[in-house]
Amino acid sequence: MYRSHVLVCGGTGCTSSGSQRIIEKLEKEIAANGLSEEVGVVKTGCFGLCALGPIMIVYPEGTFYSMVREDDIPEIVSEHLLKGRVVRRLLYDETTKTEKIIPLNETDFYKKQHRVALRNCGVIDPENIEEYIGTGGYEALGIVLTEKKPQDVIQILLDSGLRGRGGAGFPTGLKWKFAAQNEADQKYVCCNADEGDPGAFMDRSILEGDPHAVLEAMAIAGYAIGASQGYIYVRAEYPIAVKRLEIAISQAREYGLLGENIFDSGFSFDIELRLGAGAFVCGEETALMTSIEGNRGEPRPRPPYPALKGLFRKPTILNNVETYANIPQIIVNGPEWFASMGTEKSKGTKVFALGGKINNTGLVEIPMGTTLREIVEEIGGGVPNGKKFKAAQTGGPSGGCIPAEHFDVPIDYDNLIAIGSMMGSGGLIVMDEDTCMVDIAKFFLEFTVDESCGKCTPCRIGTRRMLEILDKITKGQATLEDLDKLEELCFHLKENSLCALGQTAPNPVLSTLRYFRDEYIAHIVDRRCPAGVCKDLVQYRIDPDKCRGCTLCARTCPADAIIGKVREIHMINPEKCVKCGACMEKCRFGAIYKE
Amino acid sequence: MKSLEELRAIRAKMQGKVGVRAENENQIRVVVGMATCGIASGARPVLTALSDAVQEQNLSEKISVTQTGCIGLCQYEPIVEVMEPGKEKVTYVKMTPEKALEVLRLHLLGGQVVAKYTLSAAQNGLK
Repeated sequence: MYRSHVLVCGGTGCTSSGSQRIIEKLEKEIAANGLSEEVGVVKTGCFGLCALGPIMIVYPEGTFYSMVREDDIPEIVSEHLLKGRVVRRLLYDETTKTEKIIPLNETDFYKKQHRVALRNCGVIDPENIEEYIGTGGYEALGIVLTEKKPQDVIQILLDSGLRGRGGAGFPTGLKWKFAAQNEADQKYVCCNADEGDPGAFMDRSILEGDPHAVLEAMAIAGYAIGASQGYIYVRAEYPIAVKRLEIAISQAREYGLLGENIFDSGFSFDIELRLGAGAFVCGEETALMTSIEGNRGEPRPRPPYPALKGLFRKPTILNNVETYANIPQIIVNGPEWFASMGTEKSKGTKVFALGGKINNTGLVEIPMGTTLREIVEEIGGGVPNGKKFKAAQTGGPSGGCIPAEHFDVPIDYDNLIAIGSMMGSGGLIVMDEDTCMVDIAKFFLEFTVDESCGKCTPCRIGTRRMLEILDKITKGQATLEDLDKLEELCFHLKENSLCALGQTAPNPVLSTLRYFRDEYIAHIVDRRCPAGVCKDLVQYRIDPDKCRGCTLCARTCPADAIIGKVREIHMINPEKCVKCGACMEKCRFGAIYKE
Repeated sequence: MKSLEELRAIRAKMQGKVGVRAENENQIRVVVGMATCGIASGARPVLTALSDAVQEQNLSEKISVTQTGCIGLCQYEPIVEVMEPGKEKVTYVKMTPEKALEVLRLHLLGGQVVAKYTLSAAQNGLK
């Protein structure tokens, strides 16, 4: 038995900044100090504050060390673990503002968060099923199988108000009810872990930090709809998640929590993994199931919906990872508990992956109805370098931008749609004043052009034509008629594409047009990029009043585009300039400007 | 897994261990001085005895057993301080694993300060 637990983050973020080496070093040092019997090292899932990785927490004190390096380990072991003296210089800055160390859950990043889906992430060892059981895991499955009827389970979900966390927000209980009603010799439970939005990593973190929660919920789903087989479709680009899922499935089988006659109830359920090759379209439900069947991942028309004819033409439910992660706790704590969080039509919490121009990059879970301002300014720590917040992008390539004017809108499914964006799976990319909105729209269109599967014409050709127009705009070659054509194309794609990929592909364009139309007009009419991003529309110039003729810019220029002698005013040759901005960065007199 | 009881048995076994990671303000904090002076006079077995007992008895969500540096009363080591929310700190001195378990039983669980082991008792005895 250990008197002290050292938790080290083993999520993808911290692993890439060296947490595995830290664990090895830690174990070595602990042994060298004769503490192996007293101090245990636990590799957990994501703590959320990825920007400060590698992260380590020492319990029972709850000491939070950030940006730990291998060289720091001997000091942590000999000072803290042996002698009980906290290594103050390695503490998270915010906790050391006063003499007394502030507990982690009172820091700005954590205090507004409410962890339901992420409850065990960063708390337990995801590769040890007993730790999951120790925090109440598999209790929900046990209760369901021994005390509840399938229709009771569905009723609990309906009462809880849980809606799909993959983005569309369809009520989960209703989905299960439809699948339960359809008679068939075989039904399936699928889990969508094909997280593909750029900048989104919520599902990955749950799978890495708490895989058993997903397995438990899938078994509950199987019981509720009458299925005995589950599939998790996870992207092969998530090697840590895949490995932990494999371990979790084999442990659950070993403990009889998957397999035949679970809890002696006569109910049998098993789960298999299917690895996706990273095609974005396979996150669409029909394409995902086609891919599991062994065919090329392409969507098919709906109806029939999967609840009637899904995987292998049998009734199927498909839920997202985060949706599943909520379910065991809804069963244990009751639907009223869940429904007490959130807004009128969006209950519970939502996990967001914060990225872009924000100080605290990482993973946060907040009650529905929290405002964007709270997320960005309080939890996220604001925009770095004193820049101004311009917009936040939610929903990835299917979503849109939320401008500063909607900073105080409570975030839930319906409000986000009303302001032209969508919840999406939970990627939240913050953009500052240096971001060009046309360029952002172009970025997402490039993504959808790449990821369009090509089955239907509106998406295959429409996205490409849209991208061409956006390209012309950013090069200053477009006309106002092009803008009209762009809007018309948006309409056609929305109306005529086969699946959600094409139907939602115009959203980044539509929402930027709605809130930042003046930027589009500036590109087209004035041939100017207000944010100074679009290279073809930017000219670098030297202010003759400020230039001292120090030659630094001329020496820095990689293209030999700056002419001038020592102590003479320099000039930039626009023919040669490649607009890299290196001269502007180097100039000590602020003499170089963009226009 | 054949029954809920079987599951709950595993849970009970693990709860004490995982509970070491619980954080809340209502916990009773038990702090053992583990500086050089403390370790030299036998604080380590005291700390492990307390920590093990708390976990075995499934109390780790209520009681947190931690260590600290030199408290400044080296001649009285090993020292165990008990801090209950809203109550005055109690300092036990010259602890052994056996005495510590007695404190756990009588004070932490029974609510009765074990006066004979406290700092004031030791100091009065000297006078």
